[in-house]
Amino acid sequence: MAAFLLKRFMQSIVLLVIVSVIGYVVLNLIPGGPLAQYALDPGMTEEDRNRIATQLGLNRPLWVQYFDWASRLLQGDWGTSFRDSNPVLSVVARHVPATLLLMGTATIIAVAVGTVIGIWGATHRYSIFDYLATVGAMVALSIPTFWFGLVGIYVFALRLGWLPAGNMYTIGDGSVLNYLHHLIMPSVVLALVHIAIWSRFMRTATLDAMSQEFVKTARAKGLSERRVILKHVVGNALLPMITLAGVQLPSLLTGALVTETVFTWPGMGRLFLDSLSNSDYPVVMGLLMFSAILTIVGSLVADIVVALVDPRIRLA
Amino acid sequence: MAVASTGTVGGPRQTALSVRGLTISLPKGMERAHAVEDISFDLMRGQILCVIGESGSGKSVTANAIMGLLPKAIRVSSGAIELDGTKIVGLPADKLRDLCGRVVSMIFQDPLSALNPLMTVGAQIDEAMAAHDFGTPVSRRERVLELLTEVGLPDPKLMYHQYPFRLSGGQRQRVMIAIALALEPMILIADEPTTALDVTTQAQILKLIRDIQRRKGMSVMFITHDFGVVAQIADSVVVMEKGRVVEQGSAAKVLKSPDHPYTRRLIAAVPHLRSEDRRRLPGTDSTPLLKVDSLTKTYRIGSALLRSLRVVPAVQDVSLQLAPGRTLGVVGESGSGKSTLGRLLIKLLEADGGRILFDGTDVAPLDERRFRSLRPKIQMIFQDPFASLNPRMTVGSILTVGPIAHGMSQTLARDEAYAFLTLVGLDPGAFERYPHEFSGGQRQRIGIARALMFKPKLLIADEAVSALDVSIQAQILELLDRIQRETGVAMIFITHDLRVASQICDEIAVMQKGRIVEQGPPSQIFSNPRAAYTRELVAAIPGGQSEPRPATAVESR
Repeated sequence: MAAFLLKRFMQSIVLLVIVSVIGYVVLNLIPGGPLAQYALDPGMTEEDRNRIATQLGLNRPLWVQYFDWASRLLQGDWGTSFRDSNPVLSVVARHVPATLLLMGTATIIAVAVGTVIGIWGATHRYSIFDYLATVGAMVALSIPTFWFGLVGIYVFALRLGWLPAGNMYTIGDGSVLNYLHHLIMPSVVLALVHIAIWSRFMRTATLDAMSQEFVKTARAKGLSERRVILKHVVGNALLPMITLAGVQLPSLLTGALVTETVFTWPGMGRLFLDSLSNSDYPVVMGLLMFSAILTIVGSLVADIVVALVDPRIRLA
Repeated sequence: MAVASTGTVGGPRQTALSVRGLTISLPKGMERAHAVEDISFDLMRGQILCVIGESGSGKSVTANAIMGLLPKAIRVSSGAIELDGTKIVGLPADKLRDLCGRVVSMIFQDPLSALNPLMTVGAQIDEAMAAHDFGTPVSRRERVLELLTEVGLPDPKLMYHQYPFRLSGGQRQRVMIAIALALEPMILIADEPTTALDVTTQAQILKLIRDIQRRKGMSVMFITHDFGVVAQIADSVVVMEKGRVVEQGSAAKVLKSPDHPYTRRLIAAVPHLRSEDRRRLPGTDSTPLLKVDSLTKTYRIGSALLRSLRVVPAVQDVSLQLAPGRTLGVVGESGSGKSTLGRLLIKLLEADGGRILFDGTDVAPLDERRFRSLRPKIQMIFQDPFASLNPRMTVGSILTVGPIAHGMSQTLARDEAYAFLTLVGLDPGAFERYPHEFSGGQRQRIGIARALMFKPKLLIADEAVSALDVSIQAQILELLDRIQRETGVAMIFITHDLRVASQICDEIAVMQKGRIVEQGPPSQIFSNPRAAYTRELVAAIPGGQSEPRPATAVESR
């Protein structure tokens, strides 16, 4: 276990370096650079732009800028926002909780609903429910998230008036219930595609586990079908799913970006889009690194959980 | 003794299990309409009934029907199964469940997959009792420890908390037996419980089942494909072929004077230990083609840095010689290093030390590029005829792709392929067809033809007949023998089955823990073994020693 963790830690470091280099280079490949937005500003002269570039250190070679940025990062300095000169770390940190709340809720919904649908589909294979679940999953996978978001807003906010159309809470009302009320639609919309993926994989994993010999042993003991499924099939089926959960994290993050924009959710996704359109590169890089760390930690946690749950790995 | 005991067992009912006119239909589009058709037999109280047949005979389906374990698509269409007086066909699922584990229980073929990997041994035995609301957690725990002792597992208290992956195959099968025995059922159904085990482990498990059956007066329905096992434990026998019972009777009667031609064929096909040596091929020279000198291979798992390094010496200091036209058998149990040896010789693995002189060249230090020209000369026949042929390639391309890669012309390769298909007893029309259209035995013939296409000087057959039914096994062994006589190819025959080795080998090397513990002609290995381990192996062969002595084998036990 110690060896495994050490190895994964080293891999993560290398991965982060690669991600940061690619992110930095690609970001700076955008035509015009961070000052492009001022190019059309009639109130700014060439001289002004040069002065700003010097101030921000943008006239240095790219690799110097990168090493400068990276070495500061290692010392805990994530840089300052171009837009409002706030420290990047605090800007990012302000937006993280909203995103984590949205992602966390969506994950819980996706795993809970997907697991049940998957198990039910596998134990009632080729039933009407199974076909509906299959078709539903295809629909959820092929229609983009923002469409569900817009339709949701139209139906539940505009027509029925049951749910708020956006934002995280009503200004002036910070109660838990109010937060939950605002959370329902974005988290369900974000969860949809993951329910689809999760239920399909869960169905396959359950069928796989059901064909194992030990399930026959369990039946031969005279266990009820319910106990056979819950005790012997589900545990073994969930094992490969833990890894899937880790792998799904990045796509959840991407989904959150779209969902937050649709529902004006004040999270990292919206911050990312805002910063990108304002050429606020330090914040974009900060978000990129944070997402990378989140993803790496997520899949590492998944691997550790598998190792803890599976006695064959835990005790080996 | 046991054969005549039908009338001597007391009690209200003489038959523990009775099957009458049972027909189980298969879904449409299968090979046959019925898995079993109109079969009837009785399992007497306190007896062992062996149901014997080859793959596809319907023996496992019958057992699963009794346990209510048939898949939904397969169902009993007519007939009756009576368990201790209760008719179970058509019984509601919960009633049948109540009988399972309590009145009848079952053990399976593959102990490695029959236990839940995520539950401890103790919990899995406990569950068998809890399912029938037997006892309290405390009393059940006592009982589990008792059962673990009864099936001969060491240190029951420790064993209780072990996960299955820590146990060997034989130990896991003992756990399965403990689960089956937990509620002292009247009937035990054993579906090939020793087939996946090593021969010495098989002997121990057979003895355990027999001892327990005696002690508890249990009735056992024992499914097997091995007449050796039948001879060792059966009181009566049911012979099945393609879903029908072709013969049944007492073990002595069926083994000694079988009526049905299929039974006779099956018994004749059982490889018997042959202790006379094979006659030498005329006109072959005795200069060794292959000379292996202190070959060594060690597996290293883990890392020395973190002190988790495990060193497994797979092959240690192995030396052997093989002349053209001769067959060397390498026998041993799982983990003995016999397959590693085969892989080293064909250079699928790099040796750590030693020399492999093939036709005068030491191939051990050669890298892949320089060894490549020699590759066609050493060919392999694999164990699993289903996995070893690419399902998306025609037999023709499977046979010709290798030789063409080594520079043979398309037309010549084609002609050769036709010739070798005929040689291995297949129709040349097979050339255009795909592997799935052939049976296991036919596929193995294709595998042999594929190896022969290279005109090899050395064939390495790794468990080449282990996956086949005995009657097919006999045919393939005959084919290999004939090919050797016709082509003079030298052969290394790796097997776990000493009986098979005795049929085809000029010389046998017995391996244990990576070393050759004894090497010599069959006459020495089987009649006059020198190493203690060889003696143990020979003694463990089911069905007793060399000649078939079925009747006495039953009685002498």
